[in-house]
Amino acid sequence: MCSRGARRLFAPVDVSAHAGELLRVQGANGAGKTTLLRTLCGLSQPLEGEVRWRGEPVGQERDRFHHELIYIGHAAALKDDLSAKENLLAACWLGGQQPSDTQVMGALSEAGLRKREHLPARSLSQGQRRRVSLARLALAQAAPLWVLDEPFNALDSAATEWMLGVLADQLRRGGIVVLTSHMPLAIDPALPQVVLSL
Amino acid sequence: MRAIFVRDMRLAFRRRADTAAALFFFVIVASLFPLGVGPEPALLRTMAAGVVWVAALLASMLSLGRLFADDHADGTLEQLLLSVCPLPLIVLSKMAAHWLCSGLMLSLVAPLLAVQFDLPGEAIGVLLVTLLLGTPLLSLIGGIGAALTVGVRGASVLLSLLVLPLCVPVLIFGAGAVDAAVSGLAVSAHYSLLAAMLVAALFLAPWAAAAALRIALD
Repeated sequence: MCSRGARRLFAPVDVSAHAGELLRVQGANGAGKTTLLRTLCGLSQPLEGEVRWRGEPVGQERDRFHHELIYIGHAAALKDDLSAKENLLAACWLGGQQPSDTQVMGALSEAGLRKREHLPARSLSQGQRRRVSLARLALAQAAPLWVLDEPFNALDSAATEWMLGVLADQLRRGGIVVLTSHMPLAIDPALPQVVLSL
Repeated sequence: MRAIFVRDMRLAFRRRADTAAALFFFVIVASLFPLGVGPEPALLRTMAAGVVWVAALLASMLSLGRLFADDHADGTLEQLLLSVCPLPLIVLSKMAAHWLCSGLMLSLVAPLLAVQFDLPGEAIGVLLVTLLLGTPLLSLIGGIGAALTVGVRGASVLLSLLVLPLCVPVLIFGAGAVDAAVSGLAVSAHYSLLAAMLVAALFLAPWAAAAALRIALD
């Protein structure tokens, strides 16, 4: 159960996600989807109840949890003064990965940013900024848990296709994806999907 | 940890104007005093330590507000909290990068300013050492204040209110050391106390700032 300010946001939630499952959180604007996702990552503390990863409360095994989690929030989380490549590198280092130059350039090119890797982030459009922050997922094969807040926001159809492919790969590897989205995902129906409505 | 340090230094390099602004503020404030107070050498020598130290304090305050606020505004602060590196170490890296761009620059320029106050050479040396010991303390203590006020409206004023009183011991011993040098007394006690405070802050401040950040982002 979460609250924001003095308001209780939504009724008590009890949900679990297993390997290879996609958990889609849906609800009206202001229903508390972002707050729920932040609580799952350990950024916010719930009013009541707890979040567990592999059976352990998230606050206790923080090191291991952070190694296995990738959270991409609403904001693109880019530094305006750094280039797309520098931003992606910094994000990977923070997440404990040491990707090579080729891998980084490859991820950016997959995300549709070829020839724009060295531009400062402030000169990229909203959709391009989103692509840079999502490019991290192309390098994140080792992280079993992905928590994505509105990943398809501002993406055009080509990028949406790419993102769906990346998500499907993660699910087939046995990873878990938790995301918020206003619309049902056109993802492979053979992959297990759980929908949580707030 | 190195990643954050490198990233922050790169950002500071790309925004050189911000670093230069704090430095110019320091120079101007310290230079206004001799102009306002008059050319009496004895008076200038007495107030030199206090004036340069207070100007360094205020100049550091200018850039402290941005320590976490910029990251909070563009969403990168959340990623720092979710990093595999322990948060206190990340905070320490940020404070170190901040000191290199503000405190260190101020300390190196201070001897030039001290010349305006007719300080003897030995006292200028003491001033440099105390500033080199004290400005990291400002970055560390100020970092706690910056973490507490991240995302708060009117953060810069609140930050000054929180941090300046905590910096009073640093100011007293730092300026006191220079005064002692001018009077010909021993300064080792002042150095020891400043160094002790620095070591304590190196251990406690990152941990406190990390806790404050987690609360601020809750």
